[in-house]
Amino acid sequence: MATKIYMDNAATTPVRDEVLNTVIPYFKEYYGNASSVYSIAKESKKALEKAREQVAKGIGAKTDEIFFTAGGSESDNMALRGVAEALKGKGNHIITTKIEHHAILHTCEYLEKQGYEVTYLSVDEFGKISLDELEKSIRPETILISVMFANNEIGTIQPVAEIGKLAREKGVLFHTDAVQAVGHVLVDVEEMKIDLLSLSGHKLGAPKGVGAIYIRKGVPVQPLIFGGAQEKRKRAGTENIPGIVGLGKAVELAVADMEAETKRLVELRDKLISEILAKVPESRLNGHPTDRLPGNCNISFAYIEGESMLLLLDAMGIAASSGSACTSGSLDPSHVLMAIGLPHEIAHGSLRLTLDRINTPEDVEYVLNKVPDVVQKLREMSPLYEEVMNKKV
Amino acid sequence: MEYSEKVMDHFMNPRNVGVIDDASGVGLVGNAKCGDIMKVYLKIENGRIEDAKFKTFGCGAAVATSSMATELVKGKTIQEALEVTNKAVMEALDGLPPVKVHCSCLAEEALHAALWDYAQKNEIEIEGLKPPVEDVDELHHHGHEE
Repeated sequence: MATKIYMDNAATTPVRDEVLNTVIPYFKEYYGNASSVYSIAKESKKALEKAREQVAKGIGAKTDEIFFTAGGSESDNMALRGVAEALKGKGNHIITTKIEHHAILHTCEYLEKQGYEVTYLSVDEFGKISLDELEKSIRPETILISVMFANNEIGTIQPVAEIGKLAREKGVLFHTDAVQAVGHVLVDVEEMKIDLLSLSGHKLGAPKGVGAIYIRKGVPVQPLIFGGAQEKRKRAGTENIPGIVGLGKAVELAVADMEAETKRLVELRDKLISEILAKVPESRLNGHPTDRLPGNCNISFAYIEGESMLLLLDAMGIAASSGSACTSGSLDPSHVLMAIGLPHEIAHGSLRLTLDRINTPEDVEYVLNKVPDVVQKLREMSPLYEEVMNKKV
Repeated sequence: MEYSEKVMDHFMNPRNVGVIDDASGVGLVGNAKCGDIMKVYLKIENGRIEDAKFKTFGCGAAVATSSMATELVKGKTIQEALEVTNKAVMEALDGLPPVKVHCSCLAEEALHAALWDYAQKNEIEIEGLKPPVEDVDELHHHGHEE
């Protein structure tokens, strides 16, 4: 069945119409290389700098602190590897968390092999780090703290301003992976004392394959990609002008109506959460009840497995995701769900529905009508459920 | 990763879901840790499998292989049922994605565990049948470690 209701906006979003219209001329009309001198290239250069300004404004940064990349993963790699290399004379210790995106975790594993030491902070049942544990983990040789702004799976928002304050006091650089946050919640790098920040285009209505890294003025970062002099020699390669133009426009649009859109989404999200929990016995919300992304709903259902749920929902035209092993591509369920303390079987039965601009109250009604049936159908097939029901009789 | 049409058919419309109250043999295998548990019920009369039912906690492939495995053994003699291997189940489903092959092994193990249970209850020996290796309760607990 064709997808009727798309509720996997944390995975990616459709390009917004206004963004697409803004981008199109940069494929065929203004195709010049921004490094060239002739007129058509000046249009590209102008567009590049306008987009830089739009992104900077969206996160409270200065224009010359924004560097475009090919996406969130590249920005995360650049922040960690770039700072680690630049500061290797100063120290070899990095602090991050157990619930980061793999773009952070796998980069940390790589750095560990290069001789760096990494502390992985634990999180509480809601997915929040402890500022106390963070403070205790800081050593003289700590060069970087990297804590994600908001989690992609369970939506939990970290106390970023407090982390920034602590890091600044201790003289340690603070990076945040804000791929899920920018354009969805208020981000202000100045106020929150953020030194480096990763963001991605396709999570907020811009095309895939474009992102940016904010590097506070004076923060040393070694480039990952060498070549031409683009992006002030921080990131070589001919600029992806259409993508960058799209990113700039998308950030500008998202920030412009964030307040109203947040209010709308929180209402839809809370309805989705509260009614699923009310309709389906033995279900639980994963993540923080209030400090969570406006569009994130993540619920575990006991006795059933996530991939089965996704297949049945897909047959009803609903696109969603899960943290089960079968959907994570390994034998273990999501590392985030394990980190908040879920037993394996509960983590396997998780369902993530992520709402965004495209979703309507009708979508939520439709999903609310279907989810309980899907859960019930799978429970009737489950030996774990049978065991429990037999005990109850 | 994509499932074959047959896998999707057996997942969307699974055959033989349920329990057999007076089952001749019951097999329970799997592991909550990797998210697959299968329970197979067999009704055996005069050395022939008269009925087979299952309950499965698991992904699409786990449900489909349970459905197909129970279909394949119905009406067979015990010796014929032993030939319903994971390979046979997979072939009958037009294949499984490589990461899902272990699900078909679980179906074979569940069948064998049910036959073993039948043999134990009736104090007989089934040629070529080994005792089940997986103890689901033990694995339940194992699943909580780390």
